[in-house]
Order: sequence, then C-alpha cells, then structure tokens
Amino acid sequence: MAIARVRLTFPEKLIREPLIYNLGRDFNLITNIRQANVDEHVGWVSLELEGEQQAIQDGLEWISNAGVKVDLASGDVIDG
Amino acid sequence: MGYVTSLKCRGCSRETEIGPYNVCDYCFGPLEVVYDYEAMRPSISREAILNGPRTMWRYKDLLPVETDQVVDISAGYTPLVKADNLGRKLGLEQLYIKNDSVNPSFSFKDRVVSVAVTKAVEFGFDTVACASTGNLAGSVAAHAARAGMKAYVFIPADLEKGKVVGASIYGPNVVAVRGTYDDVNRLCSELVDSYHWAFVNTNMRPFYAEGSKTLGYEVAEQLGWKAPDHTVVPGASGALFTKIWKGFHEFLDLGVIGAVNTKMHLTQAAGCSPIINAYSAGSAFIKPVKPNTIAKSLAIGNPADGSYALRTIEESSGSGYAVPEENVVKGISLLAETEGIFTETAGGVVISGLKHLAETGVIKPDEVTVAYITGNGLKTQEAVEELVNPMIIDPTIESFRQVTGNI
Repeated sequence: MAIARVRLTFPEKLIREPLIYNLGRDFNLITNIRQANVDEHVGWVSLELEGEQQAIQDGLEWISNAGVKVDLASGDVIDG
Repeated sequence: MGYVTSLKCRGCSRETEIGPYNVCDYCFGPLEVVYDYEAMRPSISREAILNGPRTMWRYKDLLPVETDQVVDISAGYTPLVKADNLGRKLGLEQLYIKNDSVNPSFSFKDRVVSVAVTKAVEFGFDTVACASTGNLAGSVAAHAARAGMKAYVFIPADLEKGKVVGASIYGPNVVAVRGTYDDVNRLCSELVDSYHWAFVNTNMRPFYAEGSKTLGYEVAEQLGWKAPDHTVVPGASGALFTKIWKGFHEFLDLGVIGAVNTKMHLTQAAGCSPIINAYSAGSAFIKPVKPNTIAKSLAIGNPADGSYALRTIEESSGSGYAVPEENVVKGISLLAETEGIFTETAGGVVISGLKHLAETGVIKPDEVTVAYITGNGLKTQEAVEELVNPMIIDPTIESFRQVTGNI
C-alpha cells in the first residue's frame, strides 16, 4: 500500500462535481481530506490518498484529465 | 550548542519533535523550526558576531544546528556593493547590491545547503539528494564532497550543459530525468518516501530554509547595524523572501538592530509568477502554474512558501511585480554595464523589478534600497548569447579602422 499527499485545484466548472468520491470508488482508494476551501470560482483540497501505487497514479491521471490541477501537497520538490 | 526546541506547523501550529520532517502530519502544512530565543539571547551581540568567522557561520547561534563541526565551503559574507552608477541611472541615491553570485558554487544556495548538509550529518544520514534546475544541484554536490557524503542530484534531462557540468564536477551521482517538470517533481516526491536520504529541500526543508536568514543578518550588519528601507528579492518558492524578513526581525527582537521599517518587494518572471498572480488578484490562495520562463532558477510552479510570501508583503507594506519576459535579459545587461556584476536570469528579474519600482515612485530617491543578486551569470550564458557581437577584423590596422571608424 502506498500513500500520496496532493493538492487538487478545481476550476469553476468542476466545483459541483463529486470527483473525489468517484476517485475513491473507481480506483479503490481511501481518500482523506486534510484542508480544503471552496468558493464559487475555485476550490482546492489537500488530500491524502491511500491504496495501491498504480491505482494512485491511475486515479491522479484520471482526475487530471478531467480538468483538475494536481500538485504535491507540500509544494514543488524541484528547486532552482 | 543549538537552540532549536521543536518543529511547528505554520498552518495549524501543532508542534512535533525535531527530525527530518517537512510536512505536518495533520494538515500537510509546512513545518518550521522553533527556537528558545530567551536561552539564545545571552550569546547574541554585535561583538559576538564581529568576532565570528567571515562566513555565514558568524551567525551560528541563530541557525538550527547543534554541532561546531559545520559543513562549510566558506559560503556567505558576500559583498554589499554601493551601486552609484546604477543608482544614478534609476534616480536612486542609496542603492546597494547584495552580491551572492560570488559564493563558492556561485549562488545563494550555498547558504541553505550548508545548513541542510550540516544537519543531515547530525541526523546520521550518509547520502544527500535534491531535485534541481541548476544552482541547488551544484551546491549540494559541492557540500557533499566537502562532507565526504554520497550525493544524488536529479535534474531535467534538457538542462543547460553549463549547469550539468557545474554539478557533475564535484563527483555526485547525476540523474537526468527524461520527462516534464511535473514528472521530475512526482518522481522525486516518491524517492523521498522510498530512500533514507537527506533531500535537502524536502525532508530537511525546515533546517535548509533557515540558511537564508543570513542574507538578512549580513545586510543589516553591512549597513551599519540597521535594516534597509526597501529590499527587492527574487521569488521562486518564496522561502528566501520570507526568511530575509525573519532575519531582520530576529535581529530586532534580540536587540542587535533598532526598528525594522523595511518594505519587502518580491519579483518574479511573468512566465512563472504564481505568487504575484495571487498578490495582484488580492487573493491569499496560490494557484499553481506551469512554468514557462527564461528564468529557470525561479521556475517553481507550485511554490511551497507562496502564501507566506504574500503575508510578508502585507506585513511589510511591500509589493510584488511580475517582470515581462523580454525585460529579464535587459536587467542582466543593465547591472553588468553599470556595476560590472554579471548575474543570471533571476538577477535580471530583480534589476528589472527594481527599475519598475524606481520609475513608479514606489522607492524614493533617498531611501536605502538593497537588491538581492542570488546567482552568477556564467550559469545562464545561453540566455544572453544574443548580446555577444564582437567586431571581427583582419589582422591589420586598416581593418580595425574600418569597423571602428573615427575613434
């Protein structure tokens, strides 16, 4: 089992979509929200995902293709 | 001895034990070191600092290490240059350049890496690592060599040759990753969890970041024990900006300097300016971007300290400015042609940002202003190749006179 900590940023058109629920259900992942803020124009969620490594990767690819920005929760690892 | 008592989350304020951790387990916020300033106070004075080594380690008691055996390649104590020529051009009478391009591996990263590698040795690591677009890789490799540690530096496969050479020469394992910026990021976050290595700006980040405070301390000391009226600082993760502010305030709180009325101005390149985008929108939320900028050392799309940089702007009544991409090289030229300092693209961003602040009257002519130059121009030569236009002549005086005319 693997764990990933990501920040998801939702554009306005996707704020009302139950994407995190679908992510957990369709990819068999445990989703755990640690911080979040949603307003009418943008939403962001700090999320912990637990599951098989491949399932995490596939799930994040799916949600990214759906239009959600996926970033590491701690900020970029790469530096100048 | 050191004065760190714990790590504390900057988001939810929960404290945790001292160790190689950078993220709060509860809310994923960034961790920061906590000092016992009252225990530290008796050992901090102008006299003690003046008696210290001519490196960043003259401020050792303010840094998060226990040992006296620091891993030091003589970083810091860099020149603060009074920039009269540039000042005259911009209408500024009290302009200074803090020239960190002359550090041992030619960037300010030597300050933060010196702290991180010293702490890594304290924690018992035998390997240090980083993911970098250039300056950090060179500094990590150099310090690892000095400490006798193994090193892995991860770079994008299309990194400029000069930077690859600048890291490789010290003998680390250089891993060039084929893929996008996001791919490199994701891979390295997985590596952090998979290997027991000291990733200098990840699991060592709370300690690493503290090294930047020395850029605040040194400027205050070099100005005669006072903080400037303005600073102009480049922004990548936002950490440097927040730590310079922290450095001024630690000196104030410990009685080393008087009032701090410094306005902190953050500059980013327009092709990667997530912090400035939020500042301009009046938002506290940093929306990550995909970097597309000539200033590769500032190309951080999801800045870890972005929201804290915004807070620093607000607390200091400072500002933020995104420099148009076409002005980055102009900034490099302007500094080189007036003060003889050759900086890399991040420095071009700073100088163009400084010019904007002067032209718009944000900085008044008689106000003491420090522009921070964080890296050396030799690292980004490709960016200024278009400026190279030697006069090519035959080996005769006639040929010379033909191209130069009447001089």
